[in-house]
Order: sequence, then C-alpha cells, then structure tokens
Amino acid sequence: MSSIAERVKKIIVDKLGVDESEVNPDANFTNDLGADSLDTVELIMEFEKEFDIAIPDEQAEEIQTVGQAVSYLESQVEG
Amino acid sequence: MKRVVVTGLGAVTPIGNSIQAYLEGLQRGTSGAAPITHFDATNFKTTFACEVKGLDAAASVDKRELRRMDDFTIYGMVSTAEAMADSGIDTEAIDADRAGVIWGSGIGGLKTLEKEIEDFITGNGMPRYNPFMIPKMISDIAAGLISIRYGFRGVNFATVSACASASHAIGTAFDYIRLGRQDIVITGGSEAAVSKAGIGGFNAMKALSTRNDDYLTASRPFDADRDGFVLGEGAGTLILEELEHAQKRGATIYAELVGAGATGDAHHITAPHPEGLGAGNVMRMAMADAGLAPEDIDYINVHGTSTPLGDIAEVKAIQKVFGEHAYNLNISSTKSMTGHLLGAAGAIEAIAGILAIQHQFVPPTINHFTDDPELDSKLNFTFNEAQQRQVRAVLSNTFGFGGHNSSVIFKKFED
Repeated sequence: MSSIAERVKKIIVDKLGVDESEVNPDANFTNDLGADSLDTVELIMEFEKEFDIAIPDEQAEEIQTVGQAVSYLESQVEG
Repeated sequence: MKRVVVTGLGAVTPIGNSIQAYLEGLQRGTSGAAPITHFDATNFKTTFACEVKGLDAAASVDKRELRRMDDFTIYGMVSTAEAMADSGIDTEAIDADRAGVIWGSGIGGLKTLEKEIEDFITGNGMPRYNPFMIPKMISDIAAGLISIRYGFRGVNFATVSACASASHAIGTAFDYIRLGRQDIVITGGSEAAVSKAGIGGFNAMKALSTRNDDYLTASRPFDADRDGFVLGEGAGTLILEELEHAQKRGATIYAELVGAGATGDAHHITAPHPEGLGAGNVMRMAMADAGLAPEDIDYINVHGTSTPLGDIAEVKAIQKVFGEHAYNLNISSTKSMTGHLLGAAGAIEAIAGILAIQHQFVPPTINHFTDDPELDSKLNFTFNEAQQRQVRAVLSNTFGFGGHNSSVIFKKFED
C-alpha cells in the first residue's frame, strides 16, 4: 500500500492535470496548481472516495495546500 | 439584408476526423459502422454503431480542459479548431462583440450523466456527484466553451431540437448575420450519445437497426430491407461570415448560405407526418427564403435515416414539392455512411452539401441492394457510388423527434 502522501499526489496529478514535480507540500491548489472553485470541490470529493471518509465543509475549507491535505488525511485515516 | 458565406469548415465524423478525411470517405462511400467499443453492448439488441475512431483530441484541446468536457463538447472543440484554423480568422483583429457561437446538440452530455448516476446507485449511498457533472452535461456547454476558447463575446446559445438541432443552429446563425447583428458566427453541432442509455433508449423505440451480423451495410436508406437507423456521433463546424467582412480580410469562400426554413409537424412525438407535410413545407420555405425555384436545386442531402416510415414520408414530400424536377435531382443520404449523428447531423450534412458544391460531386447513398416498391424507382438516389455532376445549389433536410423540421440551402458563391 502506498503512503497517504503518494495517494494524494496521484489524485492531484490526475484531477488537475499538473506535473508530479509541481505537487510539493507547500503548493496551494488555487494559486500554484491553477485549481478553480469546482476543482477544489472535486479534489475534496476524490479524497473522500479514496480514503472512504466524509470531510465536513468547515474542514474542507481549511485544506488549501498539498501539505494541509496530507496532514488532515493522516489525522483521519489509520495508516 | 446582408449576404452570408461559409469561410471555414471542420469535421469529426465516424468516417474521418478532418474535412479532408470526411471528403475522402464521402467520395469512396465508406461505412463508419463497427462494433461498439464505448461500453459492453453484449446484452443490447444493437451491438454496433458509427463511433468516432482514433481521435487525438489533445492535439487541439488543452489536456487540463479535456477532463472537464463530455465527449460531445470535445468533438465540437476539435471540429471548431479545424474550422477556425481553416478560416484564417485572426481573433485579435476582429470585433469580438460581433462574433458569436450558436451550436446544436440534441442530447448533450448523456455519458456524463449516465456515469454519475451509475456511480451513485452503485456507491454507498453518499451523494458524491462530481462538481463538473452539471457543466459537463448541459447541452449549451459546447457553445460556451467554444466562445471561451476564441474570446467571442457576441451571441451565444445552443439550439435543441433533437436531430434538427445543428440545422436550426445554422439557420439561426444565418439570421444573426444577415440582419447585421453579427459579423461572424461559429455554428454547427455535436453529439456523443453512443452509450448504454443512448443505445438502450433508441432500441426500446425500435428505432435502431439490429443487423448485428452485417453492421457495415446496416444503414441502408431507401432500401426495401432497411430496418432502422445506425447511431453515430461526432461534430461539424461551419464558420459563417458576412460577405463584405470575409472579402475585406481576403477569406476563402466555400459557398453562400442563401436560405433557411423551419416548421413543425404538429402530428406525433416521434413518427413523421405520413404525407411528409412538415417536411414539404420546410423545403418550400427554405427555397422561398433563398428566392430559388425547385429547378435551381441540384442535390438534396436528405434526412433519410433508414427507418421504414421516415424515408417514405420524406420522398413523398420531395415529389410533391419538386414535381417533374424531382427526376433531375440527385438525392442522397450520407447517413448510409456516417450513421445518424442526431443533433450533429445537420452540421456534417450541410458540410457534405458544401463539399458537393466545392468538388462538383454528389456523395452516395451506400448499402443499396433491393429497390423499395413504395418508392419511385425513376428518382436518382445516388445509390452505392458517388456521382459527378454540376452542383450549383444544395438543399439539406433534417427532422427531429417532436416534429421539428429544418432545411438550409447552400449555393455556389458568385460575387
């Protein structure tokens, strides 16, 4: 099983059509990876599907970078 | 009123993914039918269709944009990229407020809708609909995305009239330009309904051919043994432009759009009027609009879907409208080759008519084996092989479920 960070990276590359090298922990979905509001909703949804969890809207709003996504998911999912 | 000319063409069809490939397919009489690859059709009554094959969409559409688009939009973006390049329009040099998009699609993003609903039904009950589902499936989105791509800020909407959608788009675009409201309109239509719901739905209506053992010859308009239409998919784009605007920038002019008509059958949701009343009226209306007499028309690209009732009603209407001249006409159904592209049919068939004018030939009605005793055998249906002839004016018919009829007439351009 690949790590949470790897799974998150794969989803981002796939959904945003960005290069893997751009997906570093500090990368902001909107400012750095070119996501619009619908893209960010889709990313959250894909994380929910991949990790079989439900991310409340208030939490989802806090997830704006790759690193924030990984640490939130690590806190919710048993590695 | 202003004159309107065609200055760019693009096509994505089951017999070729460019105008040149489409033209060669029409000249050769190629069948676009093949076993369905878009889904497992094993349990369906019809297991074949005229799918688009080997399309390299990433060559003309940004990879990031592609995943936000249903296939019907992708086909339209690709055919429009070809048409825009062909037209030589410099988007920086035109008045973008006077450049618009009017685009037809009968159904829109059926595959997108189908997949999202399937995912929900087979999921754990949590509604996780994709945020792109709605903007991918709505029938007007191709018109919107084409305008975004080229920065056209003029008129922008979609026409929805089932199989007449693209023809209505062309006729409406014609009006916007001849009334002086726009200089350029990107028009045509696209469809991508070869899906479980598409095939299943048309099968349930008994509208599709079920000739699974001989799919290449299944689309056989006007043949005694025709047993329904073959579902196709793809897109066609026409760049319509006001004549002086086109001449000023030295554009190549392929043909002039001289007339359009639109009528309703007011008869039945899916069956054509048995005497072809609405079909006859729409042809008359288009000719009157063009100021042409029946004798001026050389070729009719018919709706001719290869259904038992529809083909007969349309021919009855042609004979009524054209009288003796019906015997001098070439009539052909290019659906024998491309299958029925539903909301895109009017676009690729208008293009077939323009290519006929440009290259002075009539594309064939392929797959003819047996004359239908109910049809007048003295008519020239251009069976099986393309014919060379003088083509000055072409009438293109499309009829949609709901009783929507639309005809457009293109003429060889003379200054």
